Amino acid sequence: MDDNIIAEFLTETNDGLEALDNSLVLLEQNPNDSALISKIFRVIHTIKGTAGFLGFSRLGLLAHKAEDVLGLFRDRKLDVTPEYVTLIFELIDSIKQIIAGIDQTGQEPQGDDNLLIHLLEDIYAQHQAGGATRAPAPVPAAAPVVETPEPETAASSAPGSEPDPMPAAPPPPPAHEDHGPVASAPAVEGPTATAASASDSSMANSSLRVSVEVLENLMTMVSELVLNRNQLLQILRQNNNSDFAEPLQNLNLVVSDLQEGVMKTRMQPIGNAWSKLPRIIRDVCNELGKKINLEMHGQETELDRQVLEVIKDPLMHMVRNSADHGIEKPADRIAAGKPETGTIVLNSYHQGGHIIIEISDDGRGLAIEKIKKKALQNGLVTEQQLTTMSVHQLQQLIFHAGFSTAEQITSVSGRGVGMDVVRTNVEKIGGAIEMASVEGKGTTFTIKIPLTLAIVSALIVGAGGERFAIPQLSISELVMVNSSGTNQIETIDDALVLRLRGNILPLVYLSKVLGLSNKQDSDYSSARYIVVVKVASCDFGIVVDNVFDMEEIVVKPLTSLLKHLQIFSGNTILGDGQVIMILDPVGILKLIGANEMADSGSRLSGHEEDHKKDLADKEKLFLLVKVDGRTAKAVSLERISRLEEISISKIEDSNGSPVIQYNGQLMPVHTYNGALPDKERCPLIIFNHNNRVAGLFADEILDIAKYYGDLSSEGSGKILDSIIINDHATDVINSEWYTAQGVVLEERA
Amino acid sequence: MRNGSKGVTRQYLTIYLGKKVFGIPILQVQDILSFQKLTPIPLAPNSVAGVLNLRGRIVTAINLRVRLQEEDFSDSSAGMSVVVEHEGALFSLIVDNVGEVLTLSDDDMEDLPVTLDRFWHEISNGVYQLDGHIMIILDINRVLDLGQGEPEKIAAMA
Repeated sequence: MDDNIIAEFLTETNDGLEALDNSLVLLEQNPNDSALISKIFRVIHTIKGTAGFLGFSRLGLLAHKAEDVLGLFRDRKLDVTPEYVTLIFELIDSIKQIIAGIDQTGQEPQGDDNLLIHLLEDIYAQHQAGGATRAPAPVPAAAPVVETPEPETAASSAPGSEPDPMPAAPPPPPAHEDHGPVASAPAVEGPTATAASASDSSMANSSLRVSVEVLENLMTMVSELVLNRNQLLQILRQNNNSDFAEPLQNLNLVVSDLQEGVMKTRMQPIGNAWSKLPRIIRDVCNELGKKINLEMHGQETELDRQVLEVIKDPLMHMVRNSADHGIEKPADRIAAGKPETGTIVLNSYHQGGHIIIEISDDGRGLAIEKIKKKALQNGLVTEQQLTTMSVHQLQQLIFHAGFSTAEQITSVSGRGVGMDVVRTNVEKIGGAIEMASVEGKGTTFTIKIPLTLAIVSALIVGAGGERFAIPQLSISELVMVNSSGTNQIETIDDALVLRLRGNILPLVYLSKVLGLSNKQDSDYSSARYIVVVKVASCDFGIVVDNVFDMEEIVVKPLTSLLKHLQIFSGNTILGDGQVIMILDPVGILKLIGANEMADSGSRLSGHEEDHKKDLADKEKLFLLVKVDGRTAKAVSLERISRLEEISISKIEDSNGSPVIQYNGQLMPVHTYNGALPDKERCPLIIFNHNNRVAGLFADEILDIAKYYGDLSSEGSGKILDSIIINDHATDVINSEWYTAQGVVLEERA
Repeated sequence: MRNGSKGVTRQYLTIYLGKKVFGIPILQVQDILSFQKLTPIPLAPNSVAGVLNLRGRIVTAINLRVRLQEEDFSDSSAGMSVVVEHEGALFSLIVDNVGEVLTLSDDDMEDLPVTLDRFWHEISNGVYQLDGHIMIILDINRVLDLGQGEPEKIAAMA
């Protein structure tokens, strides 16, 4: 027997089975979903076929019997009840065991499936007979699937709660003997869709399986290529008039794209780590008689494959914990005035250059008294210590080794390998875990994983002659420094501040913090930009000399020698091959000793935060510009994609209208009153609305202003509405009027 | 006799710092580079000269003169770099020059003279007597162990 064929069969089958877990949970919820039943049927059917082909008789028999019963469901001869779903689960577990055995030894493990098979046979015999009077008995072999293609894609993408970020796994290769819709399929090597509909096969074709080793090798080779490219460019710089200039520039671009592309292949959506959770929750519910609804948000958040592997198990453990310890039994919930069904919410998103994963439940929360008792019992703390500990400190005790608050040890959790293992795992990859719990209300765990190896957008800034990257996610705005008028750096008792729209924003002068500047304290003449960042609950500005570009960077961890430098979260290699450091805004705060301030800031009561959020929802930001040489006009900040300073000589003529080259495309530009600007360089506001872009020249960019309230959206001309900003009636420019005459921005490759 | 069995020979790369000669086990050497453009790291320990990109991997450059407490060698641009791997990461040791590869027998390795500063005993395994000079064999793992932050303040050699 060819080992490759077996290996292929094992991977494909495992994928199929994993998808089945979710399908079955969903089936229990929607017993009449025929698409789901067909999907399950197909997976089992292919297992049966291939097992027969490869000579795995035990597996083949089990799959065969399961297929019979599933056929009854599919043909509506038997209703799907929870009991049947449990039976199918047992069956799949048995199949998994056999598969695991084959994986280890290459042989089918010994075992007795008679009980299961009898059960299945009984069901089949009872109901098949009854059904036969109404319709022809289902042929328990392969044929039906071929004739009844079902929209599998619909099944895998429809359910909102199911994470299925991977395209539907291609069904295992069909066994040769039993059906032939795969006329063009070359033997067993390629993943060939069996009886899938057109949409299914297109899904299968849009992804393919590549071994990690191949990807890593590719990565190494691309890196070598980058070095060669850099050397060539270096040589080119020394020979100005070389014929190689143009081809080398092209090579440069291609290599950069290639590097980026290969790096992206390492990324996976976090949903991949969540795919097993619905099944786990279901099992817990069944075993403990609970009702739990699992919600998952942000499955598409991407993180590095390696990071994903490390957090997979901790996540599973925590969700299991929430279901077991957190959510109460239905009766207890009703008694506590809560809905009978508990909810566990998983959420994941990027924040401030980290990936945040939240696991929250509306269960009973942590019982402080129980923790105290348990901690004493296990000798973690002394009675004296207990009296001085805060509730928060007490709660953190659950992260200690050998701590479990479950009163009874169930098969689900509570065997002492608890939260300490989770914490160790998370910290191993440089992450942190926090917990907030209110007794009786629920518990929320927050896992924060640094973006080690993750690809992020970063703003490249210059300070003290060096370049640094600031993760875009932590940046809220960029302010240009003026030496007079608005946006001028002021000092309060040696501390730098900026008055920004009525708020005092603390400033950090980057080159000084980094020890790159020997200038006198009062000399900030080289400072031109302020990067306003938001971390935790604290806003502050980083004063930099230069702002370059946004780049997609792949974060590489700092070497162990430099781990103690909190100010950097990692380093990265830029497109031009240079290594630069990535700044960690939280680290900057810590470095300048503002950490405690940030901490106390985060203790805002929920009410205050809500209030802030309400205000923030209503507030609109406008850019104030002078476009007609007289009064200030306002432009909604949301509609502006960029502000550029354009040299007038760049304006060209296209069919009588002024255009400029923007991102390799011609973009129409306007002036408010029609006459071209008379200055040499002029600020250009670039609007982007639904990917249509257009530019508007301004005489001067004045400021950013807040406005609370609604805008009329009636205006159809150049002016949308008039509002009061800074006590003046201000016309709001209708950006859509301009973009309507603009061009569609093409995606650049 | 210090380590290894009788008659085992090893190859060492000789490196030069001023007038001193050091040896690094050749099996630990990944690459030898001429001067590379470094990105300095603000706030890093003195002996960390910066980072560089070697074929897509980030390499931390250690100024060996500073690390070995030799007189300061601020112009690191003229030197050579010896790239070594340590705990899965790459480091480049900036040295004045790189010499030949010597094949030496373990039998000939001698203990460091006891009069030598304790500092050398911490980062070296022993010495070899060569024609005209004595070569100190560096233990790369210990050379690269800077602790948390600044290297230990140890009296520099007289």
